[in-house]
Amino acid sequence: MADDTLLQIRGLKIEATSYPPGEPPKEVTLVEGVDLTLARGRVMGLIGESGAGKSTIGLAAMAYGRGGVRLTGGTIRLNGRDIRLADNRTLRSLRGKEVTYVAQSAAAAFNPAKRLMEQVTEASLAHGLLSKPEAEARAISLFDKLGLPDPETFGDRYPHQVSGGQLQRAMTAMALCPRPDLVIFDEPTTALDVTTQIDVLAAIKEAIRDTQVAALYITHDLAVVAQVSDEIMVLRHGRMIEVGPTETIIHDPTQDYTKALVSVRGLDHAEKPPAEPVLRVEGVTARYRGTTFDVLKNVTVDLPPGQTLAVVGESGSGKSTLARVITGLLPATQGRITFAGRELSGDLKGRSKDDLREIQMIYQMADTAMNPRQTVGTIIGRPLEFYFGLKGAERDARVQDLLDQIEMGKGFADRYPAELSGGQKQRVCIARALAADPKLIICDEVTSALDPLVADGILKLLLNLQAEAQGAYLFITHDLATVRAIADKIAVMFKGEVVRYGQKSDVLAPPFDDYTDLLLSSVPEMEIGWLEKVIAHRKMESAGN
Amino acid sequence: MLDGLKGPPVHPVLKLLVQRLALGLLLLLAVSAVIFLGVEALPGDTAQAILGQSATPQALENLRNQLGLNEPALTRYFAWLGGVLTGDLGISLTNGSDIATAIGQRLGNTLFLAGCAAAIAVPLAILLGLVAARYAGRWPDKVISGATLTTISLPEFVAAYFVIYLLTQVIPIFQPVAMVFPGMSFWAKLNAIALPVIVLVLVVLAHMMRMTRAAILNVMQSAYIETAELKGLSPMTMIWRHAFPNAIAPVVSVVMLNLAYLVVGVVVVEVVFSYNALGQYLVDHVTKRDLPVVQAVGLIFAAVYILLNMLADIIGILANPRLRHPK
Repeated sequence: MADDTLLQIRGLKIEATSYPPGEPPKEVTLVEGVDLTLARGRVMGLIGESGAGKSTIGLAAMAYGRGGVRLTGGTIRLNGRDIRLADNRTLRSLRGKEVTYVAQSAAAAFNPAKRLMEQVTEASLAHGLLSKPEAEARAISLFDKLGLPDPETFGDRYPHQVSGGQLQRAMTAMALCPRPDLVIFDEPTTALDVTTQIDVLAAIKEAIRDTQVAALYITHDLAVVAQVSDEIMVLRHGRMIEVGPTETIIHDPTQDYTKALVSVRGLDHAEKPPAEPVLRVEGVTARYRGTTFDVLKNVTVDLPPGQTLAVVGESGSGKSTLARVITGLLPATQGRITFAGRELSGDLKGRSKDDLREIQMIYQMADTAMNPRQTVGTIIGRPLEFYFGLKGAERDARVQDLLDQIEMGKGFADRYPAELSGGQKQRVCIARALAADPKLIICDEVTSALDPLVADGILKLLLNLQAEAQGAYLFITHDLATVRAIADKIAVMFKGEVVRYGQKSDVLAPPFDDYTDLLLSSVPEMEIGWLEKVIAHRKMESAGN
Repeated sequence: MLDGLKGPPVHPVLKLLVQRLALGLLLLLAVSAVIFLGVEALPGDTAQAILGQSATPQALENLRNQLGLNEPALTRYFAWLGGVLTGDLGISLTNGSDIATAIGQRLGNTLFLAGCAAAIAVPLAILLGLVAARYAGRWPDKVISGATLTTISLPEFVAAYFVIYLLTQVIPIFQPVAMVFPGMSFWAKLNAIALPVIVLVLVVLAHMMRMTRAAILNVMQSAYIETAELKGLSPMTMIWRHAFPNAIAPVVSVVMLNLAYLVVGVVVVEVVFSYNALGQYLVDHVTKRDLPVVQAVGLIFAAVYILLNMLADIIGILANPRLRHPK
């Protein structure tokens, strides 16, 4: 083994026991035959869809199995010794000292009852690496390096007192504080808004470079990992597909799966011409009961039949609230909504059954949007009974029609949601919305929880269905790549207001307003050095302001 | 007034605490009305109770006038309430003594016994709960859970006689009777109540221990516990430093319920050990139909319950960093 090898994994096999409903427990292999070598100070990106085993491999570098996960084969050599079967005492002495971990959701990974400083310095103190004043001084310098506000006093706050992006940086500071040899970054920016992600990403990259620490960077976003890593390993179903320098993986992949990942953002959609709208939202202002500020301010948009209006914005911009107002869940305080030539009552109670039928919703979390105790047939059949009074064989035939439409075929009507994959669940939700034969479908972040290739399939399906049935989509998303792939019109929302609105080609063409520019420039591009360019561009802009 | 309105915004915790206090007082007032109504609804009245079944109507009428029983109920309620607020709980019917004085000494005994039992039971229960959570599903957990379940399943008097047999006959180190009287030294008192304290600890231990264990195990599922584990902390450090601070609210509410039980629910233990405290006093006077005493003791018991539960709420609020340190 070369002198500068930090982590060497050979033939890693990871297993777990799964407990499928109604069946005896069975052993499943999560990861098999993975080899990985990481030199000191290098960064390797682990990339793959959910279930690819990338987090499991990352945690295996700390000899940690989440839940009932067991490291059953191979060797994991860290700093020259095999830690796969090390006893608890040895593991405790290396976790938090030689290897540290940055979790996807810093909000959940910080103890809500403790101040940040106490948590950031805890590992350094527990392992006797630094004295308390030394550890606090180091934490403050890390806060400063990571661009946190008021680094001197930042640590006095509790986790709930800082924002999600700040918490993610604080978690990075926590991981770097004990001067580890290796940091595992497990999707550290996935839960953040696109404009926040880029700042955190830049901070992490700078911190890695300055501290000379080695890192495993886990993500499902190839464009993100291209910005920070020296090498990339592509994983699928727990096996290595391809490994190589970042440059090679992005520009010259050899495996088909990697090629598909690289080209996934190629989906494009030709914009349809303006037409008479089916949905018209005029001057809508809304606020939640018991609050004192408007979440929607004078919003005006319209949507022609058979077209898609994409509503884009960060969390808290009011895009989901707009959906609640249109569906009647939250009555507007001002403005009006016209739909198919008639004015809709602001309140749900004032709407007719047809009003309800013609506007359907599809949600982000298909899991929680279905009753887990009903079969797919019952779930899709319910709107058929409720709106059209279909029964028995007639209903079953229509259910099968709908299943064919969502490309799921026979045999699915008797299954339960738990037996479906994430993409299949979302398809069932689409079929349920279609069953009501709606004129408008509101899609609230329907692809955000899905892997890129699966999300792509869902978008294609939605477009095909639109071409057949001429339904209008109000498509809520924070992902601009999705917008390009599906929209005819775009409304960009910021703090409850529509800041830019029009045909897709107009909205996405310069000159941009400041916010749209920020949003567009923040979408990671699959290009090495993109991050530095954007940051430089931003600095010029902020200097100009 | 205006200064108060223009001053800095009131801390939300302060607002919550004031709300809880006001709610507690309101509840106490409602309970006092319920107690008064309950006694009022009993068949017969105090005059009947004093003079017995053979009393002549004239004698009853005279006594009723003398005691003010012919006044409207509302008037009597407020007269009673006014007395309670000024520390006058009325006169016992059976022996004509001042109720407040009689209660005062016995309440002291009750609180002494409850306090001693709590001082042992609460820390012990929490410690056992932490240990059981640390070794969840392994033998220390099973031993602790099994033992505490056994002691809570025994009726108090069985536990009491068992403890008496064991510690006065088999190993004679304590007195079977827990007599305390004014003028005894503190140590003598402690020695005298050792047996009832042991019994009470056995009775209340299980509930608090199981709640601590369950609350800790619930918190142990959180992502921040994984963070702590990946920092290389030892299991006990993880539990004590990261899990316990987030499990305080449910533990405290069960602790307070058990403390309330120690004050108001231990009449059986008092009787077994001939301990002269509030529970016995209440039962004695119920059998004698001494209604003013029953009312007064009932009100005190209710006040203890309300006070302790209010305290649990307040500690729960103070333990929540989101409330203590708003954004």
